[in-house]
Amino acid sequence: MADQKIKVATCSLGGCFGCHMSLLDIDEALIEVEKHVQFDRSPITDIKNISKCDLGLIEGGLCNEENVHVLKDFRENCKVLVAVGACAINGGLPAMRNGIDVQDCLKEVYQTGYNLTTDIIPDDPEIPRLQEKVQPLHELVKVDYFLPGCPPPAPAFLELITALLEGREPNIDYPHRRFD
Amino acid sequence: MENQTQAGLRRIAIEPISRVEGHGKITLLLDDEGHVKQARLHIVEFRGFEKFIEGRPYYELPLLVQRLCGICPVSHHLAAAKAIDQINGVKQLTPAALKLRQLLHWGQLLQSHALHFFHLASPDLLFGYDSDVSKRNIIGVLKEYPEIAVQGVKIRKFGQEVIRAVSGKRIHGIAALPGGMNQPLDREVYQYLTAEIDQIVEWSKDAVELARRLCLEDTELFNSFASTESPYMSLTDEKGGLEFYDGNLRVKNADGSILNDQFPNERYTDLIQEEAKSWSYMKFPFLRSIREAQGGDSGWYRVGPLARINNCDSISTPLAEHYRQDFMKIAGNPLAHQNLAFHWARMIEALHCAESIQKVLADPDLFSLDLVAKGNRQSSGIGIIEAPRGTLFHHYEVNDDDQVTMANLIVSTTSNNFAMNEAVCSAANQHIDGNEVTPGLLNLLEVAVRSYDPCLSCATHAIGKMPLHVEMLDSKGQLIHQLSKNSNGEFS
Repeated sequence: MADQKIKVATCSLGGCFGCHMSLLDIDEALIEVEKHVQFDRSPITDIKNISKCDLGLIEGGLCNEENVHVLKDFRENCKVLVAVGACAINGGLPAMRNGIDVQDCLKEVYQTGYNLTTDIIPDDPEIPRLQEKVQPLHELVKVDYFLPGCPPPAPAFLELITALLEGREPNIDYPHRRFD
Repeated sequence: MENQTQAGLRRIAIEPISRVEGHGKITLLLDDEGHVKQARLHIVEFRGFEKFIEGRPYYELPLLVQRLCGICPVSHHLAAAKAIDQINGVKQLTPAALKLRQLLHWGQLLQSHALHFFHLASPDLLFGYDSDVSKRNIIGVLKEYPEIAVQGVKIRKFGQEVIRAVSGKRIHGIAALPGGMNQPLDREVYQYLTAEIDQIVEWSKDAVELARRLCLEDTELFNSFASTESPYMSLTDEKGGLEFYDGNLRVKNADGSILNDQFPNERYTDLIQEEAKSWSYMKFPFLRSIREAQGGDSGWYRVGPLARINNCDSISTPLAEHYRQDFMKIAGNPLAHQNLAFHWARMIEALHCAESIQKVLADPDLFSLDLVAKGNRQSSGIGIIEAPRGTLFHHYEVNDDDQVTMANLIVSTTSNNFAMNEAVCSAANQHIDGNEVTPGLLNLLEVAVRSYDPCLSCATHAIGKMPLHVEMLDSKGQLIHQLSKNSNGEFS
């Protein structure tokens, strides 16, 4: 790996955090990565607002208005933006709700659902409004790379970061290009 | 972020809550003198699983619902598996299938507990709550406490490898079938596991000692910080021992007396119900018997490591049992209610998982091919399991065409929703009220939430993404969570 440090931001939109877990699955390689990478906004740091970064890793699709806001913020600040995992690339499992009206979904969960004593649908201004359809990232902004898998395996993350440090195109081995 | 509300109160939002799994937000409303008028934890994400899995074939459930959460996919995989066993009329798994599922679950608990303690919470405990933001993370721990951080990383790795040995993948693997399991243990990974396990047990023991030391370093803080008394719920085995995979429900009152014991899982709706509030996508479950007697917002309870250690009468492995007795002697009066005690209890459980894995790895049944049992088809199934963060409920009904017609999921973090709001209020009252608000003080509110190891990914299963948001709002806000209330959980 090269000597300079790159700045990396990560976030999860409408995802399950499995991609972040897979990033941590590089295990002890984290010690080596730390020497070359400075983490900016990420669920593993306490930095709440993104600043200019070399690499942005985003898992999860666009489920609500806050997701849209965060994605735009990442695009503005990241030289290279990567859609990580099935949800960011094509909506993933959360997009299974796209065939159903959002209000029906909310009704089922909060009003007609099982063993409930209230019929309140959360609507406070502090809670972001849901999108009608769950969307993948590239429908809203330019995405530079797509890292496939549910989740992408740890070696794929390592190769992506290494390639960026070495200033070359990433080349993910066939066994680590996952589509499950 | 700071701004003014219509009522002229100062609104402070902590967003996103960091070093937790998933999305949450805390809001505070302060008056001119800096007194806390409202504090809330909001979950801001919604995914709607209950709705969109309707119509899917029931045997897909373990694979679909584990995508609720990438941190504890195994918990959802197995809770759904237990439910679909019942749909297939299977009451008893084969010994091999049961042991593989238990091993898988212990691996899950071990890696999740290690992740939480070392990667997420330890920076607060090692560096201090108001330490430099730039180093208050796992990378900072790697630099300043490399031995501790590397052990944490390796304990988590071991747990993940246990999961891979059983399910083929560390995250979102495939293991459970209706009535059993799909394959025996992977022999190649098995070699690694047997070579490492003794070391892992030793390091897990060190982790309990570390958590114990960090908790007791400042006993005043330990005893007072965001402390709140509550009933506790968990599964226990038939003798009242600690149990993660099977067993029945036990609820203890805050004073340590038993409210319910060996409560049959299929009657869980007689025990708890849920309500919603306008300001969070996460629902609020409560104990019916207490709510019926006391009304208001009463009946909230806690789940998770602290609940399980408080509830059980014993632990089946010797080292963990030793540390349980030590913990109850020091922290329990008669139960341990301290917010930070969650960390200590969590590491005792991690040690129990390591010891249990050590024992089961010697069992030849792990390589048996007798993996699936059969029974008579039923129309519903209820799978209840102790996930890392607490009791997890999966309840499904299916039609004659094998399609899911009803799904009710109560994820662990949901059961701690009231408690986390209470913890935020308590911490805000203790540390923010009337003081100059500093980033260090605001981090204390996150610390109070972090103890619960909330999984906001899980909690947002409802349709996408639920943010968790702790809000202190003004008196014109709806459903005010008054900070002036006492710490016994009386919400006004």
